[in-house]
Amino acid sequence: MSTKTVEIGVGRGREMGPGGAAVPSPLAPFDIPEPELGGDRMLINIGPQHPATHGVLRLVCELDGETVVRVSPDIGYLHSSFEKLGEYRTWNQIVPLTDRMDYLAPLIYNCAFVMSVEKLMGIEVTERCKVLRVIIMELDRIFGHLLWLGTTAIDVGAFTPFLYSFQQREKIYQLHESLTGARITTSATRVGGMMADIPEGWMEQLLNFVDEFPKTLDEVDRLLTGNQIHIGRTQGIGVINADEAINYGFTGPNLRASGVPYDLRKDRPYYDYETYDFEVPVGEHGDCYDRYLCRMEEMRQSVGIIYQAMSRLPAGPINVEDPNISLPSKTDCMSDMESMIHHFKLITDGIPAPEGDCYMAVEGSKGELGMYIVAEEGDVKPVRWRVRPPSFVNLSVIPKLAEGHLVSDLIMINASLDIVLGEIDR
Amino acid sequence: MTEREMSGLDAVGEGPVSSDVTESASTQSTGDPSDHPSVEALLERYGDAVSRHRLNAGDQWVVWIDPTRSHEVLAWLKEDPDHLFDMMSDVTGVDYGKGRPVEVVYQMYSTTHGRALRIRCPLPLDELEIDSVCDLWKSANWLEREVYDLFGVTFRGHPDLRRILMPSDYAEGHPLRKDFPLRGRFSRAEQTRRALNQDVERYYLAEDIVYGEPQYAPEVGTKGSQDGEEG
Repeated sequence: MSTKTVEIGVGRGREMGPGGAAVPSPLAPFDIPEPELGGDRMLINIGPQHPATHGVLRLVCELDGETVVRVSPDIGYLHSSFEKLGEYRTWNQIVPLTDRMDYLAPLIYNCAFVMSVEKLMGIEVTERCKVLRVIIMELDRIFGHLLWLGTTAIDVGAFTPFLYSFQQREKIYQLHESLTGARITTSATRVGGMMADIPEGWMEQLLNFVDEFPKTLDEVDRLLTGNQIHIGRTQGIGVINADEAINYGFTGPNLRASGVPYDLRKDRPYYDYETYDFEVPVGEHGDCYDRYLCRMEEMRQSVGIIYQAMSRLPAGPINVEDPNISLPSKTDCMSDMESMIHHFKLITDGIPAPEGDCYMAVEGSKGELGMYIVAEEGDVKPVRWRVRPPSFVNLSVIPKLAEGHLVSDLIMINASLDIVLGEIDR
Repeated sequence: MTEREMSGLDAVGEGPVSSDVTESASTQSTGDPSDHPSVEALLERYGDAVSRHRLNAGDQWVVWIDPTRSHEVLAWLKEDPDHLFDMMSDVTGVDYGKGRPVEVVYQMYSTTHGRALRIRCPLPLDELEIDSVCDLWKSANWLEREVYDLFGVTFRGHPDLRRILMPSDYAEGHPLRKDFPLRGRFSRAEQTRRALNQDVERYYLAEDIVYGEPQYAPEVGTKGSQDGEEG
């Protein structure tokens, strides 16, 4: 197969903005394969504006008839430079950036970021805060998986599960709203605790949801799991074995569907996950159907974890009692000189970090979600804030998974990976 | 909390309390390498390539490696049965600015031994080049492309080194470097002028549907054109 070398001719404007002289930024020429087109062989372009790509993802496919010979994802349409913006913000100001990445499971991102900052600073959050964070992280795992369930079912032609799952998602939206005041952009966590404690009646609302939700899950289960059309569209499609899945960087349900029981909640536990009683569902074939089964079972396990966490939620303060980390209450600020000074210092200066770096990985709904933070002594802003994006790495496997399948299977494979473009492009 | 439950007047009686930030609890130490078998083995076997090592954030080991020998060391960490770091979770870069070296950071995990390790390779600013580890871990492919795109680090031997997040003809350099201003290198006027001068039609021509990932072609034998080369 012939290749051609592409050189990007970068014209530089004479006019430069603040920042001074041009930095040497050579772009290496690269080789791209030249497709042999004609006859049944053709190039087609899917996306970036297409409902089946689940976001602004562009897939360039070389086809032989209806068979995919090669596929190349093109990303970056939603690039918002969150990591660069984070370098100009104090720790607590970064929290609102995190939930805009994965808007399908925002609370997991909120929690993961502050957990990393707390680990770097050596802050131990209160027991109540730990249990509440477990509850909201498991709630958002269900939240993320439900969107995946609805949209994936619609990709293979099943419309009903979409309606069922979005009905349940609406209930989680309402739980978000009463807990944080926002439905999607939650920004619920702060370094050393939460923005606010649980409002009155929230636990009853949550209990109501976890009582009712498994019934809907069973209904969807009956509609899809034994459905011949669904099985025909998913079994044996997009197969990857265990060794390759690890080597390609798969994490989360995608990796577990290939038979690797790697779950950060079990293998590198945080927030006392080792004391909760739950199973890690593992597939054996590594195809789209096993990924479906793994996620369905994970939602059931999450419900079980929420029940356990609700029963052990202790009373007590939600934030750490250190005036250099947590904001004092508004009443104290208005009546007490010391509290007002602490409030002022925290807002204007921020929380200083020790020198070093910290990588905190949690089990997100899409896979291993890592937050890597680098700081220098006394920094109130990160030198570097890096998000290890699970769907970015998962998506990079799609050229391998899709080879030799039909175009309609490519859509199913893409859906089964559960990607969110806000997090891939960041 | 008990202190703040008193009224404001009570606090007056206690006299002034310093609101200066107290010394933050340090979570860093040089640590004892014998706690982590891989760090200990690295020091023993590649002592000349390790410039320093540290225990960060309580329980996270960081080892600084000479970038010219990074591929050799990482390959050993992956293959050696005592270590088997089969999962390359993350490859990223760190730029401190002020002329300090740009560092390439590898987060590794061994599913066999249940150990995590972080390797950092400092690259001097005038020589931003390091060997690609794409041949060892396929997951490094896109991650290295991202570091190339945002930091300008060239990965030698990478099968498909192109920009990934920024447009392929992006002219303003590498955005995550500290010398890159937050609002872009060109002024607003220049950015607007460039945007208006773009030939929008160009992006929809068939010749411009480019695609890469040549490393997948010889490996997966499909009915495509590469079958003959597979033999």
